[in-house]
Amino acid sequence: MIELYESQRAMRNMRKAALQRGVVAVLDVGTSKIACLVLRFDGTDRLKEAEGIGAMAGQAGFRVIGAATTRSRGVKFGEIDAMQETERAIRTALQAAQKMANIRVDHVIACFSGAQPRSYGLAGAVELEGQLVSEQDVSRVLSSCDVPDYGEGREVLHAQPVNFALDHRTGLNDPRGQLGQTLSTDMHMLTVDSFAIQNLAYCVKRCDLELAGLAFSAYASGLASLVEDEQELGAACIDLGGGSAGVSIFMKKHMIYADSVRIGGDHVTSDISMGLQVPTATAERIKTFYGGVMATGMDDREMIEIGGETGDWEHDRRTVSRTELIGIMRPRVEEILEEARSRLDAAGFEYLPSQQIVLTGGGSQIPGLDGLASKILGQQVRLGRPLRVHGLPQAATGAGFASAVGMCLFAANPQDEWWDFDLPVDRYPARSLKRAVKWFKDNW
Amino acid sequence: MRQVEPKFDPAPSRWSYRYQRLMLTPLFRKTLRIGLPFALALGAGIMFFTDPDRQEALIQKVADLREQIETRPEFMVQLLEVEGASAPVEEVIREVFPFKLPISSFDADLDAVRVMIEDLPAVADASVRIRKGGVLVAKVVERQPIALWRVQDGLNIVDVEGVVIGKVLEHPKLMEMPIIAGAGAEKAVPEALSLSRAAKSLDAEVRGLVRVGERRWDVVMESGQRIMLPVDNPQRALERVIVLDDIKDMLNRDLSVVDMRIVERPTIRMNENAADDWWQVSQTTAGAVE
Repeated sequence: MIELYESQRAMRNMRKAALQRGVVAVLDVGTSKIACLVLRFDGTDRLKEAEGIGAMAGQAGFRVIGAATTRSRGVKFGEIDAMQETERAIRTALQAAQKMANIRVDHVIACFSGAQPRSYGLAGAVELEGQLVSEQDVSRVLSSCDVPDYGEGREVLHAQPVNFALDHRTGLNDPRGQLGQTLSTDMHMLTVDSFAIQNLAYCVKRCDLELAGLAFSAYASGLASLVEDEQELGAACIDLGGGSAGVSIFMKKHMIYADSVRIGGDHVTSDISMGLQVPTATAERIKTFYGGVMATGMDDREMIEIGGETGDWEHDRRTVSRTELIGIMRPRVEEILEEARSRLDAAGFEYLPSQQIVLTGGGSQIPGLDGLASKILGQQVRLGRPLRVHGLPQAATGAGFASAVGMCLFAANPQDEWWDFDLPVDRYPARSLKRAVKWFKDNW
Repeated sequence: MRQVEPKFDPAPSRWSYRYQRLMLTPLFRKTLRIGLPFALALGAGIMFFTDPDRQEALIQKVADLREQIETRPEFMVQLLEVEGASAPVEEVIREVFPFKLPISSFDADLDAVRVMIEDLPAVADASVRIRKGGVLVAKVVERQPIALWRVQDGLNIVDVEGVVIGKVLEHPKLMEMPIIAGAGAEKAVPEALSLSRAAKSLDAEVRGLVRVGERRWDVVMESGQRIMLPVDNPQRALERVIVLDDIKDMLNRDLSVVDMRIVERPTIRMNENAADDWWQVSQTTAGAVE
């Protein structure tokens, strides 16, 4: 646990250094595309303090000066599958973004969508040493949380204190300086496969870059596509990606649950490919041009030329009606949404005061998805697009860039994580002697 | 429907990626843009000029160019013109003028020329400048000869300040200037002048003035008589002598010295013979009476 604390802390320090230098790259390693944004921080933090600008969510301080996407290769289910290929893809995206920004980037903040995330809710309580809650008390209560045995080969990606309670008052954001007896906290911890993290770190290192931060992409999409009151009152964000669909639940502006479904748009494409017996590239094209999930009478008459180049005239001249295409796509999309529904149910989403669900990610662009989603997920469903940030090119404002934009926000004003607080003093060996002396004094 | 070809994914090679990143480094770019040309030029220059032959050639070239400019006719001095000097002084100036004409005005050290001219005894003040047309003009203010100063080996001509201008070569009488003598005489020339002017009203001819003890004057007459004047206000004493001479015809008598050193008590010293005569005369007169 201490090790993780140290490595995360090192990453946080690196991010601080990057912010000081003013340039940091954001990398979204997805299954279907790799997006890279280069941010420049021009130190306009004072805007945040001015009244009424708080709603800008801290995006006044930075500007996107470079953006590039490339087709992802070597990534499956949001995890790195072929290192060399992924490294090349990352290099391509980064080079293009650097070229557009016309500046060299040394620090990168990355996010990924797979790696089997698991959410844990932790609770901890501690008696205050004095009357006043100090920073030390906060770190003590955070480290007093009983960490579950999350298994071998897994690592903690996020550990965010979600809520503080002082005696009987709960819902405190910042208990420091308040009076009380007992301080307790609720913490949300997200663990992922450590191999996924290591592979990504290795790829980034191979590109001569420093990894200055990691985030889960569903969390980033939630930051970007949920509006402020949704984050406050409770909402779920479903990021329909290429290889996996990420689910994150927000409450009181904190992520309280995240998970990912290992089905995505690529499966829809492969269904089409198999059903219509076309190459994957053609299937992808048919999906994006003619895809849909709600069939109407009109769609029976709309014939799609499939094409092909086998040389068999009959085979190459095939047509298919759009209804048939929808018939292929719909079950898969339903499956994805039902999987997401089951994850939400498992997380107890129905007990939240507000049950808004926001669909985002590239998969949310399927026509008619909102109608289908409301049948499966409930009435409060909307399609979300990421927040507009400064300097973002028009091409990168689509729903598919939700997690990339969310990473920008994450870089600009990260939420407190457990490792942002100093280790409690009694963890230091220097104090143990003192404690021994104290024990002697008390007992003899 | 148009066929979709499986696209080849372009990716930069590791080295091209690194090269591009290097080129995007601000410091490196600045070094490449400014530092490299600068270093190249500096290196080439140093390499070029480390050869002594080339250095010499360059220096020679610069010197030639300078020479060319300096010897342009616009900068040449052709003529020396002396203003305000008498013929002999001008001759001397031309003689001592250190440069050989024509000369470039860059080489002519006007200050040195001026100092040289001012060092001449006959010159009180001089200014030197180059006039348009290549003429070096030396404007000279000469010292005015005002008295003759008798020294052991002859007569010197001095000006008001007592500076010796030259030697007297012709007969001193012809120069119509007062003669002064004695130690320290040259330091009190103006006083001697005014005394000499006053002495002109004497009937007898004045030979000169002698400075005594560097404090007072004696007027020496042609006949060898001496009028000893006091330190203070010698003019009045002299006027008094003149009056005495007018009334009593004093200086025509046989006396050698009129001593006016104490103004309230003019004293005369008679010649030896005159004293004897006066003695005899007074005795005989006394005897005749008795």
